[in-house]
Amino acid sequence: MNGESPRVGPAFQPVPSEDRLESLSHTRVHGRAILLHVALVSGAVLTLFPLLWMISASFMASGEATTYPPHLVPHAASFDEYRQLFTRLNIGRAFFSSTVVAVGVTVLSLLFNSMAGYAFAKLRFRGRERIFGILLSALVIPAQVGMLPLFLLLKEMHLVNTYWGVIIPGLASVFGIFLIRQFMLSIPQELLEAARIDGAGELRIYWSIVMPLARPILATLAIFTFMSTWNDFMWPLIVLTDQSHYTLPVTIASLVGEHAQDVELMMAGSVVTVLPVLALFLFLQRYYIAGLMMGSVKG
Amino acid sequence: MRSETRAALLFLAPALTLIAVFFFLPVIAGFALSVTDFDIYSLGNYHNIRFIALQNYGQLLHNATFWTALLNTLYFSVVGGPLTVAVSLAAALLVNARLARYKPIFRTVYFAPVVTTLVAVAVVWRYLYHPRFGMINLALARLGIHGPDWLGDPKYAMPAIILLAVWKNFGYNMIIFIAGLQAVPEELYEAARIDGAGAWKQFRHVTLPMLGPTFLFVGIVTAIGYLQLFAEPYVMTRGGPLDRTLSAVMLMYEQGFRWWRMGYAAAIALMLFFVIAAATAIQMRFQEKR
Repeated sequence: MNGESPRVGPAFQPVPSEDRLESLSHTRVHGRAILLHVALVSGAVLTLFPLLWMISASFMASGEATTYPPHLVPHAASFDEYRQLFTRLNIGRAFFSSTVVAVGVTVLSLLFNSMAGYAFAKLRFRGRERIFGILLSALVIPAQVGMLPLFLLLKEMHLVNTYWGVIIPGLASVFGIFLIRQFMLSIPQELLEAARIDGAGELRIYWSIVMPLARPILATLAIFTFMSTWNDFMWPLIVLTDQSHYTLPVTIASLVGEHAQDVELMMAGSVVTVLPVLALFLFLQRYYIAGLMMGSVKG
Repeated sequence: MRSETRAALLFLAPALTLIAVFFFLPVIAGFALSVTDFDIYSLGNYHNIRFIALQNYGQLLHNATFWTALLNTLYFSVVGGPLTVAVSLAAALLVNARLARYKPIFRTVYFAPVVTTLVAVAVVWRYLYHPRFGMINLALARLGIHGPDWLGDPKYAMPAIILLAVWKNFGYNMIIFIAGLQAVPEELYEAARIDGAGAWKQFRHVTLPMLGPTFLFVGIVTAIGYLQLFAEPYVMTRGGPLDRTLSAVMLMYEQGFRWWRMGYAAAIALMLFFVIAAATAIQMRFQEKR
């Protein structure tokens, strides 16, 4: 405290002690703020570095990422690797597969989950709480326990190596039903009763009254589902036995086996895989993060 | 009342049927499968399946590879889990600090790895770990440190995978910690300050205890996720070197879907289930005691 005296002009010499203390604590706060932001920025640089390097290396000429001296930015932007991916390696097909699967799961699961969530939240029937409890118990069972029999079941149904084989296990989810139910509990019962008195059927109430009100949670769940389906690896790897239906993650994993030396090519493939979900997140993060907090607070 | 029950049945039917047929039925069948000798011959003809009671489990317990995989998985979870939670909490404290500016930007940046595709970023990190041209060893060289062959050295392969997992996952827990931090009433900090508590004491005696339930949630979710380790070693090391990154789920995948020893693989899946259940129960007990 008494080490440094504030440098002030002679005119201000008789500084009141309180002001002096305050200006000292100001510099201390200032120093702490600088330290804090140094930490925040270094954390951000470390976090972003792998992604930035991925993008940068994907535009390098073949072999450029493994030359000495190393550099971070390509000498000249090259689209060769992307061209190769889309022509010779036909990654467009994997992009298509991933889109079909992710959109299919998202649209259909939103429909089925919201129907069930509505029933659990707003309709009275015997055994409601017990059935819901049994469903929730599924959350602690890891998917791997059912994977082997599920494969055999889908094989019997001739769905191995089809898009349906990837889509079907994702069509209804306990987590989705739970999230929607929690949200719909807050819809006032009087609103539904009034509609019933006006003669609206249950289907009509669900579709024209409840669904529009549930839009925020539906948006959250849609993004959630789309991203986790897009990024999913193990199940598509198991059920898709032939390259013709591979999703992007499965394609990347198989490419890295054959083209491990082509750093730039692999980075271009990673960019093609990651960029759609990253862009989606950046545009819709408001919903995504809100949903995350909701799930955690009530989960 | 009657019509409401009928309506409920209608609304529940699709989701409940799907979950029953494609989740609960396979899970129950998984238990059944684990007490059979289902193998590649059974795949062609189901008449070849024999009931062998707990032989698969007995075989597993005497199999060195299984123990390696299980211990690797525990190593990854016991070291990687707390490390991830610690980094998450640190990030949450930084982003949530009163003096911090541009909070939403930092929050978004730290969260970005969470939404990326695990397989793709595992490939990226595979090259970052390259012994000669990888950016990590190049950075270490700047500091005068000779970096190891991360993924090729049995000692460093698992730590390398843990580092990737921390980077990929800390943002998720960070968001949950931020929610927890914002729920701590400001009066508690004021009271502590009046009692003369500095920043560290406030953190130790106000923040940490108030975050108890958040720690429990984050700890359980992280443990469940980490015990299912699969894609990282599949893409980066194929379980090597010397099986040092072989995980329980990877062993299950190889036994079940590469060699079609499905009875044996089902037993591995169930052992994993028991480990996950135990990890969850332990954390809940620990939380109750405090």
